[in-house]
Amino acid sequence: MSDLALGEPIEVDLETKPGRPWRLLFSTAWGQHRTKIGLGITLLIVGVALIGPLLAPYSPDQGVEGQLPFASPSSDAWFGTDDLGRDVLSRFLSGGVSVLILAGLSTAIGIVLGVAVGLTAAYSRGKLDDLLMRGMDVLLSLPQIVFALVLAATVGPELWLLVLAVGLTTMPRAARVTRGAAVEVVEKDFVRAAEAIGIPRRRILFSEVLPNITSPLIVETSLRMTFNVAVVAGLSFLGFGLQPPAADWGLMINENRNGLAIQPWPVLLPVIAIALLTIGTSLIGDGISRAAIGIERGRGGRE
Amino acid sequence: MSTAPHALEVVDLRVELEYGEHEDIVDGISFRVAAGEVLGLVGESGSGKTTVGLAVLGHTRRGARVARGEVRVEGRDILTLPPLERQRLRGRLVSYVPQDPASALSPAMRIGGQLEETLSEHGFGASDAERRARIVEVLAEVLLPSDETFLRRYPHQLSGGQQQRVALAMAFANRPRVIVLDEPTTGLDVTTQAHVLETVRALCATHGVAAVYVSHDLAVVATLAMRVAVMYGGRLSEVGPTGTLFRLAAHPYTRRLVEAIPELSGKHALASIPGTAPRPGHRPAGCFFAPRCAYALEACTVAPPPLESVAADHVVRCIRHADVMKDAAAARPAATARAEIADEDALITVREVDAWYGVRHVLHGVELVIRPRECLALVGESGSGKTTLARCIAGLHTAYSGAISYRGQPLERGARARDANARREIQYVFQSPYNSLNPRKTIGQIVNQPLRHFFSLGGSEARRRVVEVLDTVQLSSTVLDRYPHQLSGGERQRAAIARALIANPQLLVCDEVTSALDVSVQAAIIDVLADLQRELDIGLLFVTHNLALIRTLSQEVAVMSEGRIVERGLVDHVLDRPQAEYTRKLLSDTPSLEAALAASG
Repeated sequence: MSDLALGEPIEVDLETKPGRPWRLLFSTAWGQHRTKIGLGITLLIVGVALIGPLLAPYSPDQGVEGQLPFASPSSDAWFGTDDLGRDVLSRFLSGGVSVLILAGLSTAIGIVLGVAVGLTAAYSRGKLDDLLMRGMDVLLSLPQIVFALVLAATVGPELWLLVLAVGLTTMPRAARVTRGAAVEVVEKDFVRAAEAIGIPRRRILFSEVLPNITSPLIVETSLRMTFNVAVVAGLSFLGFGLQPPAADWGLMINENRNGLAIQPWPVLLPVIAIALLTIGTSLIGDGISRAAIGIERGRGGRE
Repeated sequence: MSTAPHALEVVDLRVELEYGEHEDIVDGISFRVAAGEVLGLVGESGSGKTTVGLAVLGHTRRGARVARGEVRVEGRDILTLPPLERQRLRGRLVSYVPQDPASALSPAMRIGGQLEETLSEHGFGASDAERRARIVEVLAEVLLPSDETFLRRYPHQLSGGQQQRVALAMAFANRPRVIVLDEPTTGLDVTTQAHVLETVRALCATHGVAAVYVSHDLAVVATLAMRVAVMYGGRLSEVGPTGTLFRLAAHPYTRRLVEAIPELSGKHALASIPGTAPRPGHRPAGCFFAPRCAYALEACTVAPPPLESVAADHVVRCIRHADVMKDAAAARPAATARAEIADEDALITVREVDAWYGVRHVLHGVELVIRPRECLALVGESGSGKTTLARCIAGLHTAYSGAISYRGQPLERGARARDANARREIQYVFQSPYNSLNPRKTIGQIVNQPLRHFFSLGGSEARRRVVEVLDTVQLSSTVLDRYPHQLSGGERQRAAIARALIANPQLLVCDEVTSALDVSVQAAIIDVLADLQRELDIGLLFVTHNLALIRTLSQEVAVMSEGRIVERGLVDHVLDRPQAEYTRKLLSDTPSLEAALAASG
């Protein structure tokens, strides 16, 4: 069962599986350990980030009475205190929401824009296709962090700007995947059939083409989410995200790196959480992608 | 042993699934092929014919394994050999020609290099010069040039027929004793097919090679094979000499297959085989064919029938073979009378149409008239431009000059530019139902789409119409919530036809609608179309490369070659007294069961 080599798609028997494409994809993905583990990890971290603020024993931006900065773990502060004597556990529990929301929003913006561009390019072909995709290439050539830094340096560290910058750099990647998957689909005769009876272009894209590229898009979304969690955390580490004294995982790492040798917890906790979150989302993406390939094989591999 | 062993002898072969319940894919397969003989291995999709073909090479597909049996090549069982040695035999002692020549040839290697590799890999010849001589010889045998420019070409620079000849040359290069051909002419048009078949027969006869020719096309098999083995549900249902088998079939399945073959003369009604072949793990108890069999008795559903000998070299797996043979001797039912042509105003007129694909000029001054309620067959080889013409009429190909009018009104080029009425009344059915139905929609949604688009109809009224149309194409309402991949090829094509019909068309353009389907299914689709034309009074443009199909369906025929219409007229006139040289050639190249049987006496 668990001897699946990396990248090996799983075998799917279509005859015993339900017909609905969505249910089939998710039930096949769920049948693998990696998806279950990934979902477990992701739900754990998301849970910590969402419910965490309610559980925090102290206010995240006030010092713990009777505790010095960089104090070691004690019964008063389970993971010790940070550089200003605030409770590490409380700051950790309160600091996840911002990373999740920023990464989620920027991924959503990037995917929506990218799908729109990719679908348009694949369906139009010709000059518009070239224009759109070369534009995407230009955006793609800018490193995500650098692009965000340049924007932040010119406008200032605004949160909407951070979301926009990460979203815009997510867009070309999503657009490429969308276009790559869609060029094959737009050549299919069922698209010709819809054209022949005069179905509007936008409806063709959304009801004929889009449903056929959902598998790569889901995989791409989880992959982009994985990257964007790291990018968003990285940008707040660099000071372009939430500003002190707000609690934020990226910020926590930056504020406390000087005390790493004497009190590692305020750095370690957010690092572990970010690492787990990226591992979790990428495992889910991997599980779904294997399921999708397996289903594709099962469908094409008939005599 | 006193007598020489057969070139190929398969004894009690069983191939089963490697995992799970170890259900058999094929079982109890025994046959022999003498040197120089061609055995046709026929059956529908899923009958296991390809599995047997591969097993002759000592190979199984992923997830399958040989569980029992022997494959003797010149007396030696190759299945008992170690894998490495077996691999060495392939290409030298036994070789294989696949269905798709493109998959046999490496796209990155020149033709000469590939042939050279085939020889040197098996240690053929002592020197480069000797191998070079063999390459020249084998290319001449498959009627290809062997000059330096040809050898330096890449596979994509050859036509489909040439590619298949190169694949044949590679298979014959090492002078094998046994060769397996897996539907090697399926992708080729009839003229190329006739040449390739002739080459295969000549090569096998001259060099004493035993050939197994795997195919679902009985007309081809009848032309080529001396003996035929019919497979059904992973079992041999009948094995015998070609003539006997086709004239005096002892198995009901064989008989139905023979009746499903369209004939050029159109003397017989086409008979389709209802139902589908059972897959491994879904096979009934008793005789596998019993659920689809008109001869089935109580006893047939109890125990699987044994393989019985009915004559010398003729075995059959049916307990009622005596009755079947008696009935087979009686004549096939005659074709029913066709709708007469009414002389009315034209539905579609095509005037002086020239069309281009990029810079390629594919249609030259085409003129065509389709009358209402009439079926016009458009016939020609692949690449003759018939699909382009059909697409111009349907508004799917816009790069043309000239005029196409519908009921006297000129039509705009693209479907989008046409008015809704024209779009609704001209409907198009695509060649491959595997491609023309959105895999993410249910059949109900797919068939409903034109209804919603043209009539803004929804709810229970729409559902009623959809069920009604599905009924017209003989699909039950149980398919409504199924997805295309849950349907067989024939069912999918019916659904595609239903989608076209629900728009209430005046003209149905059918582009090679049967070419992606099995022969038995093909007959059923033709039946559906013929019924539609009779009952719904719609015009039909039936595009096909198979001349044999058109007499059952069409009143008029137009023959296309290289973008020009070379002959046009009533079907009977054109087929019985062809005027154009090209039509005569097309007719003589079309494989025919009758002609093959007449030739064999």
